Amino acid sequence: MTKDQGPRTKPIRWIGAPELGMAGKSYLRLFFEGLATTLKHLFGRKKTVEFPEERYQTPDPIRYRGVHRLNRDEQGRVKCVACFLCATACPAHCIDIVAAESPWPDREKYPESFTIDELRCIFCGMCEEACPVDAIELTSFFDLSGKSREEMVFDKEKLLSVYDQTKDREPSWSARVKDEG
Amino acid sequence: MTPMVIEALVKIVLVLAALVAAAAYLVLLERRMAAWIQDRRGPNRVGIPMTKIRLWGLGQPIADGVKFIFKEQVTPAHVDKVLFLLAPILIFSAAMAIFAVIPFGSVLPPAFGSEEPIPLVIAPGVDVGMIYVFAVGSLAVYGVLLGSWASNNKYSLFGGLRSGAQLISYEIPLGLGLLGVVLASGSLRLDKIILDQAESGVWNAFTQPLGFLVFAVAALAEAGRLPFDLPEAEQELVGGYHTEYSGMKLMMYLVAEFLHMIAAAVLIVILFLGGWHFWGLTGSSEDIADASWWTAFVRVAVLMTKVMGMILFFMLARWSWPRFRFDQLMNIAWKVMLPWGVVNVAVVAVWIEYGDRWARALDLPNKLLMAAVGAAALGVCWLLTTLADPTVADNRPVRNDQRPMTNDE
Repeated sequence: MTKDQGPRTKPIRWIGAPELGMAGKSYLRLFFEGLATTLKHLFGRKKTVEFPEERYQTPDPIRYRGVHRLNRDEQGRVKCVACFLCATACPAHCIDIVAAESPWPDREKYPESFTIDELRCIFCGMCEEACPVDAIELTSFFDLSGKSREEMVFDKEKLLSVYDQTKDREPSWSARVKDEG
Repeated sequence: MTPMVIEALVKIVLVLAALVAAAAYLVLLERRMAAWIQDRRGPNRVGIPMTKIRLWGLGQPIADGVKFIFKEQVTPAHVDKVLFLLAPILIFSAAMAIFAVIPFGSVLPPAFGSEEPIPLVIAPGVDVGMIYVFAVGSLAVYGVLLGSWASNNKYSLFGGLRSGAQLISYEIPLGLGLLGVVLASGSLRLDKIILDQAESGVWNAFTQPLGFLVFAVAALAEAGRLPFDLPEAEQELVGGYHTEYSGMKLMMYLVAEFLHMIAAAVLIVILFLGGWHFWGLTGSSEDIADASWWTAFVRVAVLMTKVMGMILFFMLARWSWPRFRFDQLMNIAWKVMLPWGVVNVAVVAVWIEYGDRWARALDLPNKLLMAAVGAAALGVCWLLTTLADPTVADNRPVRNDQRPMTNDE
């Protein structure tokens, strides 16, 4: 609303704090409510897990956004067509693709090299959303660690090996669609 | 050296060692309680070094201590170096000194070549007992103020200012709460106050519930615990008065805080919850003064259990209620706790003068009638305070629903 529209005709509705009442004003309600809440949680079930011995199970590993993988097609080739949509969508600029002419007849390009800097990645999942051929996907693998920065830059082979490790537990989108018919 | 000096030295070593160990393990308990209340597990991994034995994290305090010792002692360039060093020493030694007159049991039977029963207190028979506790306890304000001023940091100074106002304000209800007990037992000696409650079997909390409440709230505030932890208030003041401190100096502040909490819990238990007395456990009322080894042990155990319960309540309180705003804090001190304390002292004074006569006239036990009067006083005070609602400070502009608002407003 701009200044020159004249006086407002509708009265403003004031919304105040709710009335405390006698129980609230005497602090008794707060006293018992607070104690009840803390006591309930003190003896309640704990939400955290003993991490290295016990692993957190994601309710839906397919939705989880962990380490990336590059999917393979039925013939075991990399599915990626080097269209650069994921690298363009990436807000952290952590995907680096070098495209080359495809040796296979069913597509024009394929990634000669495909690297993801897992240290720069913010695990937003936008690469997965952008991919037109469902080649890049995020797995539920979350406790990633390495001894050097170089080690944390995943190349094509490593990303494909992540697929090999996780494909049975977390089937790719296209495989799931096929199963459901 | 005379046996008396040796006896005092042994007690000092025992109490200091127990206190420092207790403070260290209370830090662990506090962290684990906090974790449990927040549905976490808390530090439970540090056990025996070089093994896989965890012992529920009981090694954590030692690891914490080692970490504090080896941390760099940062002294910022802009601080007043003498005061900066003096402040943690002052607050720590003052917190330790409180325990000189606090009994940690009743008496041991004559032993170790002594003819008399050995009182379980470092300085037995101090007639000014409670005055000494108050005098030394209020030195904590100096530690906080000096530290905050010497740090030359605005967050520290804010913390120090809040702390100064808070600690000085709550000394008054603390003193008033104590005054009722001193009037009732006619002595400032802590052992005498316990003995008084043990002989009658009626704890002061029953006869003076108003004083108990005032003293407990004020003691909580003096210890700087939530919901009265405005001097630190991490969310507002970074770390409050110890923002600039690190290493051993920080540890002295933190240990001093836990010592204040222990002292507050012990004082509440001794003054109002009967000290080492528990019905049917700590000896009959005839042989209350001279004890066997067994009763001496039971009394220490009962006292420690009560203190532990009080400390557990403090830790639970920390997560149960939100921190007060500063004006609410001051309103509670001056408009609620101070009048309640005055009423309590007045009720106790009148009772000491006329109580016996009234009890005889009504043919009821003195203490029972006094408990009824105390409960009535508490109820009336609480009701009146609720009706007057002195802690609400509504500074919002006056509403006017009738007049249409213009855009210029």
